Amino acid sequence: MKVQDLITRLGLTVHSGKEGLEREVTGGYTSDLLSDVMGHAKEGDAWVTLQTHKNIMAIASLKDLAAIIVVKGHVPEEDTTAESEKEGIPILTTREETFEITGRLYELLKSEQIV
Amino acid sequence: MRARADLHIHTVLSPCGDLDMSPRNIVRAAREKGLDIIGIADHNCTRQAGVIQELGRENGLFVLAGAEVTTAEEAHCLAFFPTGEALERFQAFLDQHLPPIPNNPDKFGYQVAVNAEEEIVHEEPYLLISALDASIETVEQTVHGLGGIFIPAHIDKPAYSILSQLGFVPPDLTCDALEISPRSSRERITAEHPYLATYAFTTASDAHYVEDIGKVYTELLLPDFSFEAIRQALRQGIPSTSKI
Repeated sequence: MKVQDLITRLGLTVHSGKEGLEREVTGGYTSDLLSDVMGHAKEGDAWVTLQTHKNIMAIASLKDLAAIIVVKGHVPEEDTTAESEKEGIPILTTREETFEITGRLYELLKSEQIV
Repeated sequence: MRARADLHIHTVLSPCGDLDMSPRNIVRAAREKGLDIIGIADHNCTRQAGVIQELGRENGLFVLAGAEVTTAEEAHCLAFFPTGEALERFQAFLDQHLPPIPNNPDKFGYQVAVNAEEEIVHEEPYLLISALDASIETVEQTVHGLGGIFIPAHIDKPAYSILSQLGFVPPDLTCDALEISPRSSRERITAEHPYLATYAFTTASDAHYVEDIGKVYTELLLPDFSFEAIRQALRQGIPSTSKI
């Protein structure tokens, strides 16, 4: 499943990093502790978080995550957005809360037998 | 001269601070423990620091007045200010950015400021342990814009620390030092995160109870007891840290 498919199926908004919409999604991870994400997220995960600090991009890049989904209508900071464009890793946004979007992401990936 | 500093002490004003953490008890305990400098750092509020600074001045104790700020990322950071005016301006910043969630004293504890006679003079209505709606960069720039000292707190802790919340210290964040808790050490933290070796470190008690004041301290080499001298000493590489 591509990032573009997530956007369509989950009704997400592309905030930045359009170049990466063809990246392959192979799992999901939900956490707001960046130390935890750094330690436990896996390559190809779509990461759900409410953090908007530019360190989220550094970690997405380090872990080679497929995309970041920022919840509750939070708007990523300018330098975060710039990093997303530079790295080609998409930041997607939703007005939904972490609980809802994580549930829907899980159901979607499960229905596609990805997780 | 060598001075002993414990720059992270809570007071009765912090909801989690013991009711015995009055200005008089804090100053007395600090002197008894042989401290020369203390930092008053209540959660997101500076309103108890002034009285303690005054009492410290009368008792030969240098008191840095400030707060332990919870940034939007939920990273705790110490902030101290050189003048009463700068402290007041930072308090206005805190008042502007703290979400108006009422405190429930039964659940979280009382948030009162007292005078030197231990009479309650003020009660903070809003929960002080909430996170400000200001990023760590905004807080750092505000603190330094007011001539203050900025120190990410207990960076080794698995929660509410810059490392737990942000994974690593953003390279463009200006830190006068990084604080490590009594449970860790400079050696341990730099073994785990080698890039931190270029930072200055300090350790402090994070005391919420009188008996914890000065449990650990940082030794600073100072030409004189002034705010700037303390900043310079903190920034000068690696202060030796000791336990009493």
